[in-house]
Amino acid sequence: MFNAQMMQLLAKGIWETLYMTLVSSFLAYLLGLPLGLLLIVTDKNGIRPMRVLNRLLSFVINFVRSVPFLILLIAVIPFTRFLVGTSVGSTATIVPLVLASAPFVARMVESSIKEVDRGVVEAAQSMGASPWQIVWKVLLPEAKPSLILNAAIATTTILGYSAMAGFVGGGGLGTISINYGFYRYQSDVMLVTVLLLVVIVQVFQEIGMRIAMKGDKRSH
Amino acid sequence: MGAMIEIKNLGKTFFTKENQVVALEGVSLEIEEGEIFGIIGLSGAGKSTLVRCMNYLEKPTTGSVVFDGQALHTMSEKQLRKARQSISMIFQGFHLLMQRNALQNVCFPLEIAGVPKKEAEKKAKEMLELVGIADKMQAYPSQLSGGQKQRVAIARALATNPKVLLCDEATSALDPTTTRSILALLQEINRKLGVTIVIITHEMGVIEAICKRVAILDRSHVAEMGKVEDIFVNPQSEIAKQLIYPQGRKEGTFQKGECVRIVFDGRSSFEPVVSNMVLACGTAVNILFADTKNIDGQAFGQMLLQLPDDETAKRKIFAYLTSRNIHFEEEFANV
Ligand SMILES: Nc1ncnc2c1ncn2[C@@H]1O[C@H](COP(=O)(O)OP(=O)(O)OP(=O)(O)O)[C@@H](O)[C@H]1O
Ligand SMILES: [Mg+2]
Repeated sequence: MFNAQMMQLLAKGIWETLYMTLVSSFLAYLLGLPLGLLLIVTDKNGIRPMRVLNRLLSFVINFVRSVPFLILLIAVIPFTRFLVGTSVGSTATIVPLVLASAPFVARMVESSIKEVDRGVVEAAQSMGASPWQIVWKVLLPEAKPSLILNAAIATTTILGYSAMAGFVGGGGLGTISINYGFYRYQSDVMLVTVLLLVVIVQVFQEIGMRIAMKGDKRSH
Repeated sequence: MGAMIEIKNLGKTFFTKENQVVALEGVSLEIEEGEIFGIIGLSGAGKSTLVRCMNYLEKPTTGSVVFDGQALHTMSEKQLRKARQSISMIFQGFHLLMQRNALQNVCFPLEIAGVPKKEAEKKAKEMLELVGIADKMQAYPSQLSGGQKQRVAIARALATNPKVLLCDEATSALDPTTTRSILALLQEINRKLGVTIVIITHEMGVIEAICKRVAILDRSHVAEMGKVEDIFVNPQSEIAKQLIYPQGRKEGTFQKGECVRIVFDGRSSFEPVVSNMVLACGTAVNILFADTKNIDGQAFGQMLLQLPDDETAKRKIFAYLTSRNIHFEEEFANV
């Protein structure tokens, strides 16, 4: 059963999964990182408190995060069609993946940056740093190890979502697992895809940890 | 020399959800150019708030702060940020950037000020040399001791050639020996660079060691202000007495008899007053109590001496003290 054709199918599945996960993670950070920063900066103890904006942002983030992924995935199908032209396949799946994970990423970024000592920010302010300089030269570099560690967690979570999207034709290992394991009762294929997912998660997590540890100047 | 920082009728009230906290009220003081000025007070007196008002990190509710002739409340945010490059600050917790090494930390304020990288590094190296840790240039804060971290923080604070250095409990996290060395460094910086220094502390020892003038802050108000030696000799307020004599003003209590209380008000601490007196009068005395402090080479404090019963010897001692211009009071020690 693990003939050349199956191997090819699995290889394609791995590739599609990596493609979806990495592109979605990248786009989720493109959205989530500024949102997380905005949450921090506009907080009542932040460097530019803006109560209304902060509350609104926080509400929207909580709202999107509380919608179960599969429901979100189906709910945004018209939007996905509008953007990608189709609602099936791995490229189409990127749209709901990004929408679902960007708020999660924003919260991760927020918590990473919250770890930065308030005193360091105060010191920068006392030197005449602008809010912009504080974000670029203090908050982001000081939070870097934690941001990287959280990025690994976010990426593996997105990987999990992408597998879930396989149920509705999202492509990648998730779809293979459903099609062969669930509909055709080939539990060995299902097992292999699950194992592959486990391996990918481990690799991402390990890479994230290593980069974060290596770059962290606090742990000498 | 004019005033470097002029604070007039400063008030700061924090409005929290439930209530209001008056952190400062009616605070007026002038800090002269080139001096080392101390602000002392118990925890919660408002010291940090006062020092944060000096660079407008905290906007006062009332009153004004004039820095080097410019009123801070008239400035825009941008102008304020520019002004802050001339009012540096160091902290109890050092607040160094953990992901930058010592050199990069000192470069930080220069980057903010827009100084080109090469130039900034050169200046940063000079500053690290000035504070005596040029050899730790590549070390990260996590590899430095508290004293070394504070030295890096001082180098960082001085990199932009500030006119004023505000020190909020800068030695409170350090052991006594390190504290002395950091205070000596601050004194050297004051002498060498002419930087006006404001020292915030809750320890009288720090004030004694390097301050010329001091303001005593008590529950949001200035309780007393003046030259350190004057306040030491003659503290007026309760809080000043409490800070100067933490165990209370001691009295000789164990012997009956006539005594003399000698007050040292700034005589050279190198002059051995009591032993000279004993030699000159040819009579022994009993020291019942002494509390003297050496401030900048001058002796301050008081000493309670039990006198001999012999009337002639007593008169000799009074005459000696009078002739030497030493202030004294006759009194009886309690039983
Ligand atoms: N941001 C704030 N919001 C509300 N109250 C504040 C705030 N900052 C300070 N306070 C209050 O103002 C008062 C003075 O605080 P401040 O930090 O200036 O005291 P301090 O003399 O520096 O004390 P310490 O020696 O403990 O550092 C305290 O009662 C404090 O609770
Ligand atoms: Mg304080």
